[in-house]
Amino acid sequence: MDELDGNRAAGLLREIFGREMTTVAATCASCGAVAPFGETDLYPGGPGTVIRCRTCTSALVVITQIRGMSCVDLMGVRALDE
Amino acid sequence: MEGTAVPGRLTWQVATVTAARSETPSVRTIELDVPSWPGHRAGQHLDVRLTAEDGYSAERSYSIASAAGEGVAITVERLDDGEVSPYLTDELRAGDQLELRGPVGGYFVWEPADGGPLLLAAGGSGIVPLRAILRQRERSGSDAPVRLLYSARTRSEVIYRDELETHHDGVAVVYTLTRERPADWAGYTRRVDRALLAETAWPAGKNPLAFVCGPTSFVETVAGGLVALGYDPGRIKTERFGGTGGR
Repeated sequence: MDELDGNRAAGLLREIFGREMTTVAATCASCGAVAPFGETDLYPGGPGTVIRCRTCTSALVVITQIRGMSCVDLMGVRALDE
Repeated sequence: MEGTAVPGRLTWQVATVTAARSETPSVRTIELDVPSWPGHRAGQHLDVRLTAEDGYSAERSYSIASAAGEGVAITVERLDDGEVSPYLTDELRAGDQLELRGPVGGYFVWEPADGGPLLLAAGGSGIVPLRAILRQRERSGSDAPVRLLYSARTRSEVIYRDELETHHDGVAVVYTLTRERPADWAGYTRRVDRALLAETAWPAGKNPLAFVCGPTSFVETVAGGLVALGYDPGRIKTERFGGTGGR
């Protein structure tokens, strides 16, 4: 599958965070790159949705939803800023 | 509560299809009546959810094809092995209902106050959010000058062709076809590359604002090419999708 970007996860991110997130900048915990979620890479096809840093490809956010529950892994994000 | 839009919360609601028309053999525009739609901005998305009788559901995000203030419409390209798009392009009829939520997204958005000049670059069905921006510009009376560079595989795969060929003051449309060279074709017939951008895009000195939407390879070529031409990377908005040859 071709890769998508974080814009396609706008609905999911807003569901999780309760606000518009594609314009929010995430700092990658691995390489320190800072980019809005609109400029991250998105892999929606697996068991969960994976959002990766476009600079170093590390996973920033992993969201898995099952039976009405959302599991959110933010270990790859050092900071979120407007 | 499902089906009732609470301000600030993103809830699924049931929309009704009011019209569906073919744009190309594999692309359809679907107009929707959404009872509690809070309004959208040009370039935003909505999510569609289809649920099978056994409870299995699939969600997809689609760019909204209409301007702010217009009715909600999406334009969908059929992906032959897709779970959602073949239903939307082949099965859905006026009067049918569809579950959706939105609008969402704020990154790939243009508002009249953002001004221009605008460089819009579309690969395939990447034209959809750019069409919303064009309609928004027209509707708002904006005089921001626009150059639209639209790359399609063949002439018959050009979406919104009649609408784009209607002359609008200040809007120049440049087409390029990548898999066909019709004898009477006045546009380009090659892939977008740096040389084509240098010929067709605004010079960087005009401080243009660029919106680039298409398959990943197209977006990377165009965005990289524009930066090489001197565009401010902070004024290049990109959106990638897996639409062509993907799902």
